[in-house]
Amino acid sequence: MNVKVNGKEVSVQGTTLTDLIVQLALPQNGVAVAVDNKMIPRTQWSDYILREGLQIVVIKAACGG
Amino acid sequence: MFSDELLKISWEETTERINAKTDADVRRALSKERCSVDDFMALISPAAAPYLENMARLSRKYTEERFGKTMSMFIPLYITNSCTNSCVYCGFHISNPMPRTILTEEEIVKEYEAIKKLAPFENLLIVTGENPAKAGVPYLAKALDLAKPYFSNLKIEVMPLSAEEYAELTRHGMNGVICFQETYHRENYNIYHPRGMKSKFEWRVNGFDRMGQAGVHSIGMGVLIGLEKEWRTDITMMAYHLRYLQKHYWKTKYSVNFPRMRPSENGGFQPNCIMTDRELAQVTFAMRIFDHDVDISYSTREPAAIRDNMATLGVTTMSAESKTEPGGYCCYPQSLEQFAVSDDRTAVEVEAALRRVGREPVWKDWDASLEASSFSLNGKNFSPNI
Amino acid sequence: MQTLEIAGREFTSRLFMGTGKFSSNEIMKRAIEASGTQMVTVAMKRIELDDEQDDMLGHIMSPDICLLPNTSGVRDAEEAVFAAQMSREAFGTNWLKLEIHPDPRYLLPDSTETLKATEQLVKLGFNVLPYCQADPTLCKRLEEAGAAAVMPLGAPIGSNKGLRTRDFLQIIIEQSGVPVVVDAGIGAPSHAAEAMEMGASACLVNTAIAVAGDPVAMAVAFKQAVEAGRMAYEAGLGAVSDGMVAEASSPLTAFLLD
Repeated sequence: MNVKVNGKEVSVQGTTLTDLIVQLALPQNGVAVAVDNKMIPRTQWSDYILREGLQIVVIKAACGG
Repeated sequence: MFSDELLKISWEETTERINAKTDADVRRALSKERCSVDDFMALISPAAAPYLENMARLSRKYTEERFGKTMSMFIPLYITNSCTNSCVYCGFHISNPMPRTILTEEEIVKEYEAIKKLAPFENLLIVTGENPAKAGVPYLAKALDLAKPYFSNLKIEVMPLSAEEYAELTRHGMNGVICFQETYHRENYNIYHPRGMKSKFEWRVNGFDRMGQAGVHSIGMGVLIGLEKEWRTDITMMAYHLRYLQKHYWKTKYSVNFPRMRPSENGGFQPNCIMTDRELAQVTFAMRIFDHDVDISYSTREPAAIRDNMATLGVTTMSAESKTEPGGYCCYPQSLEQFAVSDDRTAVEVEAALRRVGREPVWKDWDASLEASSFSLNGKNFSPNI
Repeated sequence: MQTLEIAGREFTSRLFMGTGKFSSNEIMKRAIEASGTQMVTVAMKRIELDDEQDDMLGHIMSPDICLLPNTSGVRDAEEAVFAAQMSREAFGTNWLKLEIHPDPRYLLPDSTETLKATEQLVKLGFNVLPYCQADPTLCKRLEEAGAAAVMPLGAPIGSNKGLRTRDFLQIIIEQSGVPVVVDAGIGAPSHAAEAMEMGASACLVNTAIAVAGDPVAMAVAFKQAVEAGRMAYEAGLGAVSDGMVAEASSPLTAFLLD
């Protein structure tokens, strides 16, 4: 199954959002995840079943004024 | 609500601060484009007395910048002297065994017609005592409805109302409310207003918040000079109140009054203090320097000479040919006045005097028909947002 | 100096700092420490999957510092609400600097969308600090919508031009019932001092510190300028001129006899 993470094609090994975060070695804190433009709270990641073609955005802190 | 704010301001401490103002404080205040209430205290303090001439010049400058060389003219109409209050200084005191009048609709119209014969008045102030049972909001609404064909700007000076009632009267064409707090001295307030609805200090002082919440366009304030000996403190409280209201109800226009009680007015109550002409001028200049935009109103309580001279130095609104008894213009010209007028010239004479000092009397400066609600598009604009 | 309170939190420092444009996280960290600031803005970006993850936040986080995430990059209210929800999730805070600038050239805030977003975000429980035009009416509208503070601009962002909107800032400060934080355009400590002397509640400075020859020293300069300006405001500034208008030959008050 393939999804897009921040515009990049990723082949998913697990089934849930948590699996994906682990697979990509992303930090658990200081980030936020949206699927198809809807923010998914981290408490729901482990229950969130991924599907083919989902658009996933992962953001984190950056410098800014 | 302002009553909460007022609790944080000590009367005694304010009095001390005013009395401690120095020459340097006054000069600093005079140099500022924007004065704080603290600066205002300096300007009304005895320390500012030697600067009266400077204050007059500044006051004229700021007034002309904002208002031009104009004077907004209005006329009061008392539609009833029926009153359930016991204000110790007032001719309409409940225990005063005088005949009481509540003008009928027909009489009200006759008064309007009589006023229109005096001068082209368009700004009308409808005044009542406090008798909600016999002359309450429906009566006021009727008087407003009847006034519409004759006047373009309607204000009321009546008992404090609820926000809903202010909104209701706005729908009947009311554009402004004048209400004098009389005094901000919470404890002494009840010496002057011992009984009746007016004895409720908080209801009165928070009435201005209710006007603001109801979206009243214009709010008039006043301290009755002659009640508190420390009138400078009282006027400072009004300055705090003005700033508070401007911050919270910023779409409203404000006016201030400094009505001076005269000795043996109505024979009974003697004022506790007398404000001299010089002090009245100082307070007027100070208010203008403190607030460049606020309307400053002088009624016919003030003598002609004072009004004519102050017309170019800060005053922006004046009444003329006022009768302070119900039906005074036509129906009952002989009944008892609420207070004695000092300037008893006709409106035409006042107009001529204003023109002589280079002021253009403005009879009409606003028209209710320009309001969206008059087109009955969205009367909901005026529902109170509380 | 009086402490500043915004949305129930107290600040002893009235200098807010942005974290953009520093040459390194290390210098940014030292500048933040030197400035004594307790409110620091951060932005959000998409994680680059292949890059090594830097620890930008680790350079800022401290119990004394309130993180103020911004919505930089959004173009309308809808995007701002989405960004705000992402920010709350990522940073675990309700604080939000709302900035909506559809114009990529001057980054000028969109007043209509900013007001709309403020109304929605307040309902969602955010402490909204909108970056906005120095428009007194807009600032009252934002206050009524529930903004925790307003952040009018002094000049175009990053321009270092100082308080070009001075007359309007003055009116905003006079009328506002919520703290006024002057944001954008402050290019020198003297500009910050000027804003504080006028009665601004705080200043937000970024570019002027980040791009200085010595950002750490400049952070100290701004800290002192903001303190000096605030102290001057609280102390009551002296007369600029003596305020006296020349006496005319015929006095205006001669009619007053008593």
